[in-house]
Amino acid sequence: MTHADPRCVLTGTHFINGDAACCEGALAAGARFAAGYPITPSTEIVERFAARAPEVGGLFIQMEDEIASSIAIQGMVWAGQKAFTVTSGPGFSLMMEHIGFAAMTETPVVFVDVQRGGPSTGLPTLPSQGDMMQARFGSHGDYAIIALSPNSPQECFDLTVKAFNLAEEFRVPVMLMMDECVGHMTERVVIPPAEQIPVYPRRHTKKPPGEFRLFEPGEDLVPDMAHAGEGYKVYVTGLTHDERGYPSLSPAAQKKLVFRLFEKIRRAADRLVMVESDQLEGAEVVVVSYGITSRVALRAVQMARAKGIRVGTLRLICVWPFPEKLIRELAPKVKALVMPELNMGQVVLELERCAGGQCRVISVPHAGGTVHDPAEILAAIERGAQ
Amino acid sequence: MLTEIRIAGFGGQGVILATHILGRAASVHEGRFATMTQSYGPEARGGAASASLIVSDEPILFPYVTHPDILVVMSQEAYTRFTPEARPGGFLLVEEDLVRLDRKAQGLRIYGIPATRFAEELGKKMVLNVIMTGFLCAITGAISIEAARRSVADSVPARFRDLNLQAFDKGVQYGQELLVRGPQVLENSEELVLEGDV
Repeated sequence: MTHADPRCVLTGTHFINGDAACCEGALAAGARFAAGYPITPSTEIVERFAARAPEVGGLFIQMEDEIASSIAIQGMVWAGQKAFTVTSGPGFSLMMEHIGFAAMTETPVVFVDVQRGGPSTGLPTLPSQGDMMQARFGSHGDYAIIALSPNSPQECFDLTVKAFNLAEEFRVPVMLMMDECVGHMTERVVIPPAEQIPVYPRRHTKKPPGEFRLFEPGEDLVPDMAHAGEGYKVYVTGLTHDERGYPSLSPAAQKKLVFRLFEKIRRAADRLVMVESDQLEGAEVVVVSYGITSRVALRAVQMARAKGIRVGTLRLICVWPFPEKLIRELAPKVKALVMPELNMGQVVLELERCAGGQCRVISVPHAGGTVHDPAEILAAIERGAQ
Repeated sequence: MLTEIRIAGFGGQGVILATHILGRAASVHEGRFATMTQSYGPEARGGAASASLIVSDEPILFPYVTHPDILVVMSQEAYTRFTPEARPGGFLLVEEDLVRLDRKAQGLRIYGIPATRFAEELGKKMVLNVIMTGFLCAITGAISIEAARRSVADSVPARFRDLNLQAFDKGVQYGQELLVRGPQVLENSEELVLEGDV
């Protein structure tokens, strides 16, 4: 780990929205390129980046569409820079092809999805958490990614930095799953001094060009990288490839590659768990939530506690990989797990799978457009406590 | 202590900046918690513009304002649309030259200010929003005058700083004078002509 370049860090206490905080996080993490096709409610991120990036030698290009944006950033990564794109549901759908490409080519890159109501163009200016499964499974084929879910502008800053660092460390596309509410909400954001912001540098190989193989994994199953134009053989393809990066279209090569793409994340799953929990000990009901919904849920939890129900909370900051082990340990100890989401019940399917019938799992779905009424969540908690 | 504030008017009056100034004052200068949200719908263009702010000593969980304790209205449309949501017994601060009250305002503590006229007297109609922030601080005490004044100073371009501080002070001064007289409370009459109206 190194730390952020002080020239790019707006150290201080600010009153800014989540979109602005995300942009500042990207700059602090070392992003010097963004390509995008601006879409509400993510536009303010790249609007700010377009203004700020030239001050630090960076660049924003408004591309012809999201398909182009999502591959332009990967070209820039292979040219040696850190890059990201931002979008919302309709654009996220268009980016799926290249999210798969980033997973297959192990391109460290960040996709920010400021979720709005869907399907289709849906509710451009209103929140949802409807893209959570798409973030995990949206592209064809099998791959693993990391997805983070901030619940405040402060976390939009913190987790954007984290997203870039994880992308570099694991060489996966990392999804920052914001929503319209946190994106457009303005709160205090404290940006620390640059030397307190850890930045994971590019895993550049130390080997000379003759000895380096582009997709030869290290001990952590993640290969080191070299950039185009440095004298290395940089053959990057979406086809199934061998350790040199050359197409190798056999079941054996497929198995070796796809298993490794999964395994490099699975093996680190315990380390990737990022949760915030409260009063899990002795809880009869635990409310599991993520993003903006976690704040609304907390209000419901306070109401339930006032009624004498023993309620714990578990907030998923990293949603993918899912904290499977934690849920398997928790489920037998409680009567019910309650999961409110601003969707019709997506991540709750994973919760149910991991709970494995050891307790009740109660989904509190929402079509999106606003946040839950805490009373709806309270009702589910009361049901779970019975 | 949690206070819900909504500032509403029409596009161009600076309701967003006014709310931002107050939120910044509370969160950056007072070290409390503040969450600001605003309406992004198509209705924000040309018609009623509004922004909401929650100020609290504790972390803010639910992000939206539902029943404002303090409602500031700077247009008739904003008054008509938002007054029914005001918390009974809460503050209703009105741009008195632009808003005609009716029975919707019953049960609220009403304070009126001719903010646009004051802004014009200061030479720039644009600063009516900053006059309103000073007025709000003086009347409600929800945010300290000191913190809000600092927030005005660091929220506006340097060349307009003095003008905006004058505007803020004007709002404070008028609010403090009015406070001595106490609020207008609309009981049974259909309409209320605020003092200062012609």
